[in-house]
Amino acid sequence: MNRIALMALVALLVLVACAPAATPTPAFKPPADKIGVVAIKPGEPIHIAYWLVVAGPDASLGEDSKRGIEIAIDDKGGKLLDRPIKLTGTDSGCNAEGGTTAATKLSADPTIVALIGSSCSSEAAAGVPILTKAGFTTISPSNTRTAFTRPPRPEGFEGYLRTAHEDAVQGQIAAEFAFKELKLTTAATIHDGSPYAKGLAEDFAKSFKALGGKITSEEAVEPTQTDMRAVLTKIAADKPAIIYYPIFTAAGGHVTRQARELAGLKDAALMGADGMFSLEFVKAAGPASEGMYLSSPDVSAFAEGYKAFLEKHRKKYGGDPLSIFHAHAYDASMIIFNAIEKVAVKGPDGTIYIGRQALRDAMYATKNHKGLTGTLSCNEYGSCSDPAIAIYKITAREAKDGKWPPEKPFWSPKK
Amino acid sequence: MNQRASRKLGSVLRLGLLGGLVALYLCLVGIVGTFSERDVIDRMLTLGHTLLFLTALGVGYLGARELATPTRHPHAGHAVDHHLPRVGMSLLAGALAGAVTGASLSFLLILGGLVNLRAVFLNASPLLYNVLTLGLGPAHSWVPLVGGVVLGMTGAVLYILPVRVRSPLIWGATTVLAAGLFAEVLRVILVAWPGWPSDLASFLFGFEGLTLPGVVAVFVMVSGGIALVSARRAAVYERIEQLPPAGKTALRFAGLGLLLVVVAVLPLVSGVFIAQVIVLIGLYALMGLGLNVTLGFAGLFDLGFVAFFAIGAYTVGLLTSTGEHGIAGWPFWAALPVAVLAAMIAGVFLGMPVLGIRGDYLAIATLGFGEIVRLLVGSDFLRPYLGGSFGILAIPKPWIGNIELVGPQQLYYLVVIGSVLAAFIALRLRDSRLGRAWMAIREDEDVAEALGVNLVQTKLLAYSLGAAFAGLGGAIFATMVSSIFPHSMNLLVSINVVALLIVGGMGSIPGVIVGAAFLIGLPELFREFSEYRYLFYGAALIVMMLSKPEGLWPSAVTRRELHAEEDLVLTDNAR
Amino acid sequence: MYASVLERIVETAAAGYLWAFRVVVIIVVVVGSMLTFMGGKYTAEHWIDFTVFGLALGGIYALIALGYTMVYGILRMINFAHGEIFMSGAFSAYFVADALAKSGFTRENPVVALVLTILFAMLVSTTLALTVERIAYRPLRYAPRLVPLISAIGASFFLQYTFRGLFGPGIYAYPTIEALSGKWNIFGVEILKTQVIVIIAAVLMMLGLYTIVMRTKIGRAMRAVSEDKETASLMGIDVDRIIAITFAIGAAMAGAAGVLYSLIFAQVNFFMGFVPGIKAFTSAVLGGIGNIPGAMLGGLFLGLVESIGPALFLEGWGIVAPYQLKDAIAFTMLVLVLIFRPSGILGERLVAKKA
Repeated sequence: MNRIALMALVALLVLVACAPAATPTPAFKPPADKIGVVAIKPGEPIHIAYWLVVAGPDASLGEDSKRGIEIAIDDKGGKLLDRPIKLTGTDSGCNAEGGTTAATKLSADPTIVALIGSSCSSEAAAGVPILTKAGFTTISPSNTRTAFTRPPRPEGFEGYLRTAHEDAVQGQIAAEFAFKELKLTTAATIHDGSPYAKGLAEDFAKSFKALGGKITSEEAVEPTQTDMRAVLTKIAADKPAIIYYPIFTAAGGHVTRQARELAGLKDAALMGADGMFSLEFVKAAGPASEGMYLSSPDVSAFAEGYKAFLEKHRKKYGGDPLSIFHAHAYDASMIIFNAIEKVAVKGPDGTIYIGRQALRDAMYATKNHKGLTGTLSCNEYGSCSDPAIAIYKITAREAKDGKWPPEKPFWSPKK
Repeated sequence: MNQRASRKLGSVLRLGLLGGLVALYLCLVGIVGTFSERDVIDRMLTLGHTLLFLTALGVGYLGARELATPTRHPHAGHAVDHHLPRVGMSLLAGALAGAVTGASLSFLLILGGLVNLRAVFLNASPLLYNVLTLGLGPAHSWVPLVGGVVLGMTGAVLYILPVRVRSPLIWGATTVLAAGLFAEVLRVILVAWPGWPSDLASFLFGFEGLTLPGVVAVFVMVSGGIALVSARRAAVYERIEQLPPAGKTALRFAGLGLLLVVVAVLPLVSGVFIAQVIVLIGLYALMGLGLNVTLGFAGLFDLGFVAFFAIGAYTVGLLTSTGEHGIAGWPFWAALPVAVLAAMIAGVFLGMPVLGIRGDYLAIATLGFGEIVRLLVGSDFLRPYLGGSFGILAIPKPWIGNIELVGPQQLYYLVVIGSVLAAFIALRLRDSRLGRAWMAIREDEDVAEALGVNLVQTKLLAYSLGAAFAGLGGAIFATMVSSIFPHSMNLLVSINVVALLIVGGMGSIPGVIVGAAFLIGLPELFREFSEYRYLFYGAALIVMMLSKPEGLWPSAVTRRELHAEEDLVLTDNAR
Repeated sequence: MYASVLERIVETAAAGYLWAFRVVVIIVVVVGSMLTFMGGKYTAEHWIDFTVFGLALGGIYALIALGYTMVYGILRMINFAHGEIFMSGAFSAYFVADALAKSGFTRENPVVALVLTILFAMLVSTTLALTVERIAYRPLRYAPRLVPLISAIGASFFLQYTFRGLFGPGIYAYPTIEALSGKWNIFGVEILKTQVIVIIAAVLMMLGLYTIVMRTKIGRAMRAVSEDKETASLMGIDVDRIIAITFAIGAAMAGAAGVLYSLIFAQVNFFMGFVPGIKAFTSAVLGGIGNIPGAMLGGLFLGLVESIGPALFLEGWGIVAPYQLKDAIAFTMLVLVLIFRPSGILGERLVAKKA
């Protein structure tokens, strides 16, 4: 009985505190905007938020992107338009409900100017419509699901752009490399149950078959699986010339090591994708990684700015980047900063007004932005990437001496 | 006297060392570093520093307490004040304990200066050293030591204060801390209403955390309020006790009515995010109610509960989706009963093979079923029908007449109605013959069978009813997120449901809701600290079990069982 | 009257369904195997490979399951945090292994290096386990069964994320010991040296545990505590101490298992204990929880099923990517075993009852 009385009292207080006011305060004279305007009073920071996977087993992906953002902020001196840049964010869990919760949480905060995220395509599928509906715009550094930026775009994706490349491009280039360059006619694929890997494996298989090759088997493993020998034995029984496994570091490391130990696969070529393009993977796979191929954005195009970026990263975090999309996150941040600088209007009292639709349009209008990942131009469907995908071969320099990234690509598709 | 003194000294030192270990842990795990980027008091006090201060304060408090000779009066509600000469000793004890704690951190600083700790412990970084020396720089390793002494003494002072003074102070400080922690959320809620709530928000909250005037205001109000209330509390209780029964019932109804109003209005008032969190709590509470029937009432340890959730979600997905895997394109309301029915049938089919299996074996068998369902729905084998890794997309939201239940604020009502329905059914069943049969099975299956309970039927009913609720939850989940991925139907969900059931109080229906609020709601609110979410979650589970194993809102039965021993002791003393 | 008719119907339906369940599984298994053999894709060599890999994998499961089952046998408690104890040993010993390799010590004295690594792992894992026992389990010893389970789950999360906080979310890789890389040819079958070591270690540990429990005074005390805690303490046994020793032994074995595991798989990361913990639990249950030879048997059985099952049963039916369902097969087998023998293959006693 006491409990109920106490609860009732608290409830009453809550209701009273939330009662709507009598008269709304009249707004200043901000610029007109279809969606709405963010007003940043003097002294207040410019609020950028991220929704990335920073907790749980996939944390490296989101943590890596977050670091890219933080270094971008540092490069701007922590300030934009003479205001400090405030970065907050939330974990999105690399699944749909995590994306929903993260997007809902962030969409309720009207002080956020723009967002960076999500990490995983499943989060975006659920979360982007929520953000778009609330008037926000988000740039993803690592979503690769092709459908997001090709017509017809899913509903609610007007506020979505990305600096990452599309899966379809990567899978096709990998197939071309295997068939035309390495002249291999039989292939097997392994995916790990994630939409990313499954999509890439399927794109590869489709392109490979179209070129005239034969897919001997399409297998799957769990991302947390450690023993791959049985699967590999099954694959070996069909004698593929190359195995394409566009999965992530942990499982990829196991596959690489164990494939090399298997007699039947001793001569098979091994190829992975950008999910494994990191020093962490090379270390995880050990000496077995020598001689394997990886498809990835062309890091040599990252040229000058990237080396400096790596230095800053090592100094700030005491090590090398954890994943591949930090540079994309950096570029996404810079695109946002540039767009803000372009559309912000300063009021007479020092308040900064940013129109949300204007901001969104400015981001879509980005052309020839010299970023770390290349020269970026965003098209009408939100794809800003400069997908110079290349194939790298891991040599002793990476596998044994631990130098990263590889100096130059092994093969690039003819443009 | 000397021996006793040296023993006390030993325990004070041990306390300090414990505090030091805790502080070191917080630093090396990275909590201090990460939290030091989050202000509790705008630009003045970070959360990371706060945690360290609290550690030293706590150690000082406990150190002073060690020293006090217990002179507790058995019937007084508060400790007797100390004699004045003891003050010096208490301060010394506090200072000593705080000093040891601070010394450990100073040791870390010195060691960090000599050796590159970062090669092993990622967080032993210059950033951390800066935080530990309050910004002066890693060379000033004396800072933590001095800070520990000062804070330890403060903690001792806090202990020495009479309860009447101390309690309001602690309440005030805790509220300030909570307000600072939840500043973002609170601010967003207040700012949504123009007028005085927005002004209040700007007064209280800076761009991160509370403003200094805000801190003072909150502190004074809360501590003053508590001080006033506790003085009057006894009087108020007496007044309530003295009411005639009719008056008491009226008060009860008023309280209930108020609760209903709050529940009805809450999502509209509290903003989208809180509504979303409540919807999630509601979904898990729904599943918890289901598991409450299977595990709480009937004692069947089902660790594969997520299977029914998945079946409910996929049924709705398949029947309503407008995308490539949708087979019927039905509206949500038509698919809902089918989903619940499908889950119930699954409950029967998954329950039958394991009818003869008991205890922990049952746990792993049902865990296996949960995994089997997850693997099947995500498999390439069933991909043409169930979507495989890509899941099922384009699941539409439910429509009521012309209104689309598009966001958490609307779906909230669906969840609440579903939970109330489930709770009602569970409550009625608990007091029915079936419920008693379940409880008989829970206590001892063989005896129950000997007494005429039909094990097969009763168990299957337990499974299917629990599954029904889980299926309902899954159905609502599918439409809430508008897409389902097999990845979401994992073991962790089942573990969460079991945990919330036990933390809330097994067999108790309000307990389920409290458990869900605690174990699902709180981590969502703390998503900001998402790296450490599970760390606190794990610690919270342990602490909960150690302090309140019967749950936060236990059923009367469980409370009796777990405190039977205590009752015996009490009656002994009363003699 | 209707009630009893309904009861009769339900009972027959249940019995019929169970019968059908068993028949279906047997058909899937038998016909699937036949179809696979008729398809003729795999040679005898392949099957030998599958079997060897299955046994090796099973050896690893057995290694972890032994510790699990011992604690359960004495305490009737599912130590959910056992997987994390395993991880802690593997993870912390990584730094020792890395340092030894970098200094060249491993190249000169591989065996000593390995032993040192294992000892360090055992030290860390035992310390952690004893701490967890003291804080999270001991106060709850007489609470209802589910309470320490939740505490164990909490401990599991806590340990996982502590390690994540301390060492980051990334993957660390054990340095390879050249002396142990490569294969041995045993009876014409090629097995990895490290896999052989694991199987031998598992057998040795099982024998060691068995001996301790059956032949030593402490073992007798353990069995007494396992039968009845209160009576044992009345007989003068320090129950707290025996339980602590049990945990210590279990943890030491888990720590050693961690290093051996890392020899084969090389990668350590904060999440590595979760799945092996579940598999160990499954193995222990398969063989009969609390039963030491049972853990070994259960582990081997599980490994074999996971390795051979998909290729043998499912491929014949033309199921795509059969190995994706390997865990599904394993759990189905588990349920089948439990239907026939609800207390596991060898039953629940810590050691076989002397009739």
